[in-house]
Amino acid sequence: MAFDTLQEFFAMGGHAPYVWSAWGLTAALLLGCVLHARAERRQLLRQLERRVRREGRLAADPARATPIQHDSGGYTNDA
Amino acid sequence: MSATDGSLSGGDMSVGHVEPQGGLTVAFCATLKRDLVLMLRRRSEVMNPLVFFAIVITLFPIGISPDPQLLAAIAPGLLWVAALLAALLSLDSLFRADYDDGSLEQLLLTPQPLALLTLAKVAVHWLLTGLPLALMAPLLGIMLALPAGSYLVLALSLALGTASLSLIGAIGAALTVGLSRGGVLLSLLVLPLYIPVLIFGAGAVQAAILGDGIMAHLAILGALLSLALCLAPWAIAASLRISING
Amino acid sequence: MWAFINKLRSPKWFYAISARLQPWFWAAALLLIGTGTIWGLAFAPADYQQGNSFRIIYVHVPAAFLAQSIFVSMAITGLVFMVWKIKICDMAAAMMAPLGAAMTFIALFSGAVWGVPTWGTWWMWDARLTSMLILLFLYLGVIALRGAFTSRDSASRAASVLAMVGVINIPIIKYSVDWWYTLHQPATFTITGRAAMPMEMWAPLLIMVLGFYSFFIALTLTRVRSEILRRESNKHWVRELAGETR
Repeated sequence: MAFDTLQEFFAMGGHAPYVWSAWGLTAALLLGCVLHARAERRQLLRQLERRVRREGRLAADPARATPIQHDSGGYTNDA
Repeated sequence: MSATDGSLSGGDMSVGHVEPQGGLTVAFCATLKRDLVLMLRRRSEVMNPLVFFAIVITLFPIGISPDPQLLAAIAPGLLWVAALLAALLSLDSLFRADYDDGSLEQLLLTPQPLALLTLAKVAVHWLLTGLPLALMAPLLGIMLALPAGSYLVLALSLALGTASLSLIGAIGAALTVGLSRGGVLLSLLVLPLYIPVLIFGAGAVQAAILGDGIMAHLAILGALLSLALCLAPWAIAASLRISING
Repeated sequence: MWAFINKLRSPKWFYAISARLQPWFWAAALLLIGTGTIWGLAFAPADYQQGNSFRIIYVHVPAAFLAQSIFVSMAITGLVFMVWKIKICDMAAAMMAPLGAAMTFIALFSGAVWGVPTWGTWWMWDARLTSMLILLFLYLGVIALRGAFTSRDSASRAASVLAMVGVINIPIIKYSVDWWYTLHQPATFTITGRAAMPMEMWAPLLIMVLGFYSFFIALTLTRVRSEILRRESNKHWVRELAGETR
């Protein structure tokens, strides 16, 4: 252990602003990459699932197919 | 694409006359001649980079200071950066006109290797941009109080360096020729690649002022040029294919 | 080798195999970066010259390594994409570029911040920082070029060509900048001392470097999987997949 107390650890021997800003930016960017990748994947899966469900419904009930194609508002809300 | 049928009636009379069995040398010379003729007909386009060069050089003493000592210290870098930007300015039009009237597609369809034909186009670009810039630079050097004895090196380093700049820049021009707003993007792509040439070009002039040996710098500029000569034509040809077919 | 390349042609195969691989890389990244952080921040001894500001090395160096490696990976995947038309490779190249730019930015930022206690200024035209800055511009160029095309195939091929041109230029830029720096600046304090580091100092550094590489592989795998879903959303197997997750 290079530091005796927790306060010394945060002070970084007077270099706190430099050390913590460099580490902070790195942590923020890495975390941002992970969160972005996760959100991206979830959104794509949701879109895909919605699309498959919509097409399944259209295939099951072709009579409803024609009006819905013109009026796209119908299915986006209930998903 | 738009003008496959109209291109032969356009400006490329020399290519049209060459028979296919003419071979590589004939095709190369024909492209060279055609581009030279076309460019010489658009004199303002040839003049613009030179005027730009002169104006930019005029801006620096106004913006910084008319003090000859200060100007002399930064003159090699200023002249090189301004010449580099002037050469960059003219890059966008390197393939643009040929792309618009469809003759670029004809160039792609020729049986000769495209890389060598693009080399002819780049050579014309250098002859009408890089070389005049190099010849004009000593004149502007006088205005920036560039120390005597470095004028020849300035012209020589610019002549060697702008050839590399034309080759590297043509890759960027070929990549962006199909894009409607390619101009700004072109400079973003090309400028980072210009840095080694700038370092050794300006370094040569600096060395001449300090009285050091200049042959090392010029040799490296020559090495960069020969490397660019070997590799750039293939990249230009590949990029043109992407821009045309995509 | 050939069998592997042929397997890479199938996004479905890659989707399945990457599903098995990615947890391992994520776990390795978490473990290594976690260990390296605690070790580097709390346990490694302070540098006798720079004190605790030296702890910036544990993010600066891994980020700088990764920034360069990612550009090379982009060029290699671009080459494979151009030669064998393997879509996975292009997806990987597209997904890597933003991470590479982010790593370059981290290296630049941490280098600049590190400069305050060591050099007393935020920015120094140090050879490494300057080449990192140029690398950032190269990344931005590749990302911008890919975004400028409307057709995905042209965008992919143009970005591949530019990445390859860039990777040939990176060593040239690096050496010319090094040369330029030694000419203009008599060697001052180099940011990463080449002197032998004690084991307690370099072990966490090695762990951090490995952790960053694992992070890069894990993130690329995850994002390529998303990209497969995006680009192949019309394929039957992707539809079935979406049905299963319901």
